[in-house]
Amino acid sequence: MRTGTANILLIGYGNPGRLDDGLGPAFAEAVRAKMLPGVTIETNYQLNVEDAAMVAEHDVVVFADAHAACPDPFSYEKLMPRTEFAFSSHTIEPATLLAIARDVFDSPAQGYALGIRGHEFDEFGESISPQAGRNLDAAVRFIEPLLLVRDAAMFEAESVTRCVVKPTSMNGAEECKTESM
Amino acid sequence: MVATTDTKKIVIEPVTRVEGHGKVTILLDENNEVQQARLHIVEFRGFERFIQGRPYWELPVIVQRLCGICPVSHHLCAAKAVDRLVGGENLTPTAEKMRRLMHYGQTFQSHVLHFFHLCSPDLLFGFDADPAIRNVFGIAAKFPELGKQAIFMRKFGQECIRVTAGKKIHGTGAIPGGINKNLTIEERDFLLKDMDQMMEWSRGAVKIAKDYTVENLEMAAGFGSFDSSHVGLVREDGALDLYNGGLRAIDKDGNTIFDHMDNQKYLDFIAEEVKPWSYMKFPFIKSIGPEDGWYRVGPLARINACDFIDTPEAEAARQEFAAVTNGKPNNITLAYHWARMIEVLHSAEKIQELLHDDDLQGEDLVVKGEPRREAVGILEAPRGTLFHHYKIDENDQVTMCNLIVSTTSNNMPMNMAVTGVAKKYLSGKKEITEGLLNHIEVAIRAYDPCLSCATHAMGQMPLKVKLVDCEGNVIDSRTKGASW
Repeated sequence: MRTGTANILLIGYGNPGRLDDGLGPAFAEAVRAKMLPGVTIETNYQLNVEDAAMVAEHDVVVFADAHAACPDPFSYEKLMPRTEFAFSSHTIEPATLLAIARDVFDSPAQGYALGIRGHEFDEFGESISPQAGRNLDAAVRFIEPLLLVRDAAMFEAESVTRCVVKPTSMNGAEECKTESM
Repeated sequence: MVATTDTKKIVIEPVTRVEGHGKVTILLDENNEVQQARLHIVEFRGFERFIQGRPYWELPVIVQRLCGICPVSHHLCAAKAVDRLVGGENLTPTAEKMRRLMHYGQTFQSHVLHFFHLCSPDLLFGFDADPAIRNVFGIAAKFPELGKQAIFMRKFGQECIRVTAGKKIHGTGAIPGGINKNLTIEERDFLLKDMDQMMEWSRGAVKIAKDYTVENLEMAAGFGSFDSSHVGLVREDGALDLYNGGLRAIDKDGNTIFDHMDNQKYLDFIAEEVKPWSYMKFPFIKSIGPEDGWYRVGPLARINACDFIDTPEAEAARQEFAAVTNGKPNNITLAYHWARMIEVLHSAEKIQELLHDDDLQGEDLVVKGEPRREAVGILEAPRGTLFHHYKIDENDQVTMCNLIVSTTSNNMPMNMAVTGVAKKYLSGKKEITEGLLNHIEVAIRAYDPCLSCATHAMGQMPLKVKLVDCEGNVIDSRTKGASW
């Protein structure tokens, strides 16, 4: 892996019409706005099998999705390619996509799942709940330094840490701090 | 899953490698003879009610939320109905051709995904092959070039959608009376650079499906096959037309039941029956009645119903297809795959033709005319005929919506196929293996069902098979996510 020059793909996926399920695309758009070099941004409602071709063109792939159960503000973990087969064209899991990229395109791409904790999914609507919005901001602050440095090893190093939220400032803003697990 | 001689009811839940959530129950008597087999659809959607009160101009965008599988079909079908609501059904050449490009792209990618990723493991490895290899990874390992082809073909179709609809999923290209953009030269050239490759791979896909069917004709003819009527849109001159035309129904022998039906009067020709054990309705041809009026839709029905295909290579393939049954309708369920790949080739030819048509760079995008309060849109979605019917009030809000999706029309045929395969392959067996149960799923997959929008739930869309004894006890079942 080329230290400091990794080609990075960030895929934010989810349904923006189902409130916090839109966290993945919202995250991707927030990162896109920063116009970081060497980072490709994609958004979609769901992952598709043809995304494997795009995954194979990158060294590091971050799959950003809403998470319905992890602690606030987000979870971040390394993915291992998985060939256990549970697949329709509706749904394909990031680990399965990595396995297809590996098996079809000989891709060594590393994958990471960034699950941003959402709280409201049950209604129709194109807004993000207040707590989910804070989680989104924390996730952007977390990922930005990694995307700036583009060192594949750093993505992996961060995957063995966890993120916690601590209210730190006078105005109630929250700061994300990573701690070793 | 393995069931012993004591078991009497098999439940497959969920059925895998299909779109949506359903289950199959198979009832056995004390001698393990199959008495009844049914495909149950266990989701309830309620979309037709949900849409009431929305302004009509939202329809082409909002109906796509039915699901992420064939959003373009719902987008365009709703747009066709809304065109009539604004009196803009006579589209400009640019608008119609942009929509057609979108639609052929959708058909191309949908058929490719279904055949290569969901079905080819059954055909290339065998219905009862080791499930550990009977999947897309098995294909990638044994047929690596095929694995790549399938992904790049699917990607190409998605790009056709992106450049016409604005996005690969849930785009907004079609608007009341037209389209919101034309095709730029850059977009055209972007697609053209891969066109020759797509044509070559499409020819190869037809060959795979044809060779499989011909080489296994005897088995296929007895695999969940049955005589049926067939329904599909045809152009005025009888040509296959996936976007526009009049509906034609033929019987098992090819005799016309109705032809060039007035799409606005579809309720004079088609009715729907409700059964207590499924959320999915059972449509039938009214003139025949509910008992025998059920029919098939989708690639097999379309290739059977049309007189010819207006692209040369697909037409040559259709003639080979028709020759197998001496020009009579082909009623072999597994022949769906061959028909589907003929449509892949047809779609590729159509895309190529359109990309060389300057109308796509036209500037005249929208027409309007005398408004109406009621309209029907019909088109051929990848899985079959799709009906959208709307009524609106004086405030332009939807007061009524009726959708008949293709999987609904194929409801009875899928049940016929499940019953036929269960009786042939499971009856009298002392041991019901995973491979035997996969035979049931192979029959269902041939129809490429999309069980999610065929019901009237957002969210999880998997399929279940159940085995119940003659006293009604569930003996065994399978669920998606289980290691099979």
